[in-house]
Amino acid sequence: MEEEYAGGVEKKFIYINRRAPHGTVYPLESLETVLIGAAFDQDVSMLFIDDGVYQLKKDQSTESIEFKNFAKAFRALEMYDVEKLFVEAESLQERGLVEDDLLVDVEVIARAKVSELIDQQDVVLSF
Amino acid sequence: MKISILVNEGPYQHQASDSAYQFCVAAIDSGHEVSRVFFYHDGVNNGTNLTTPPQDDRHIQKRWSALAESNGVDLVLCVAACQRRGIVDEGERDRNKKDAINVADGFRISGLGQLIEAGIESDRLVTFGD
Amino acid sequence: MSTLNIVNKSPFEKRTLDQCLSRIAAGDAVLLIEDAVVVAAAGTSYETELKSASASHKLYVLSPDLEARGLAERSLVDGFSCVDYKGFVALVTEHDRVHSWL
Repeated sequence: MEEEYAGGVEKKFIYINRRAPHGTVYPLESLETVLIGAAFDQDVSMLFIDDGVYQLKKDQSTESIEFKNFAKAFRALEMYDVEKLFVEAESLQERGLVEDDLLVDVEVIARAKVSELIDQQDVVLSF
Repeated sequence: MKISILVNEGPYQHQASDSAYQFCVAAIDSGHEVSRVFFYHDGVNNGTNLTTPPQDDRHIQKRWSALAESNGVDLVLCVAACQRRGIVDEGERDRNKKDAINVADGFRISGLGQLIEAGIESDRLVTFGD
Repeated sequence: MSTLNIVNKSPFEKRTLDQCLSRIAAGDAVLLIEDAVVVAAAGTSYETELKSASASHKLYVLSPDLEARGLAERSLVDGFSCVDYKGFVALVTEHDRVHSWL
């Protein structure tokens, strides 16, 4: 749908996801933006903190609520060269989750490292 | 500086689109260029010309349209969000066989790529939302 | 390199302010807008936390939103500076990026 961006500029984009899936549209739209944005050949990271970690939870089944189960699309991110997925350790712990509960490979980082990651970015998009 | 804005919420329900508008006016008054405002999620409801707020209330859509006319701000509505919420331009009407057009003056409907492009081409991107 | 962090929720309603303060870098700025401005007024149960945050972060509050909520005459928590919308714009340009904690 989108044409390849020919501007030649590469910026660092981070998508910060802080909400559980399905309760609002934002998590789905975050993923949509990442997928569309992949055509622009930018440096993309996704960060999951607070309830955002639930977006990556295995075994989501949305048939009963008649929602699109977009969690599957996280597995496709690799094909779009979006490989930098960060999850905050404290957010997992607070929610009784472990890395094995997540449906994709991620890099788990400490809360104290979040600001360092954001400090490297040019553009912050929060959903 | 070149500044772009992302508006995530609809008018009247949440202060976000008002805050975004006041920010744009101040940025222009300060000599900066507000190159694009991208409306996403319920934010696309800022761009319908079918609203009739009470006369003693601000007219949020008309304020945006005036900003586009006077300062050339590019007001872009996310196409997928518009399709879900019934914001229609000529192209969308024909493509999806609707019988009306309601996109307001100064707004255009386009893809999410316009948001990414704004992020790339602007010096700053500021988000207003819930 | 520093970030302008924007918070727009009252901490009496949502935990966004705490979630922001627990993660930002020393030298980052925090701007309270919309419903978040209520906590810039002195005398709330968040005063101590904000005072200690002001040791490592610049704290700002958007004055039109403070006025709209009847708090313009209240004294502010030590360390807060008031900005109007032009001041908001200046903060955006003075920092390397903007992070809205939605």
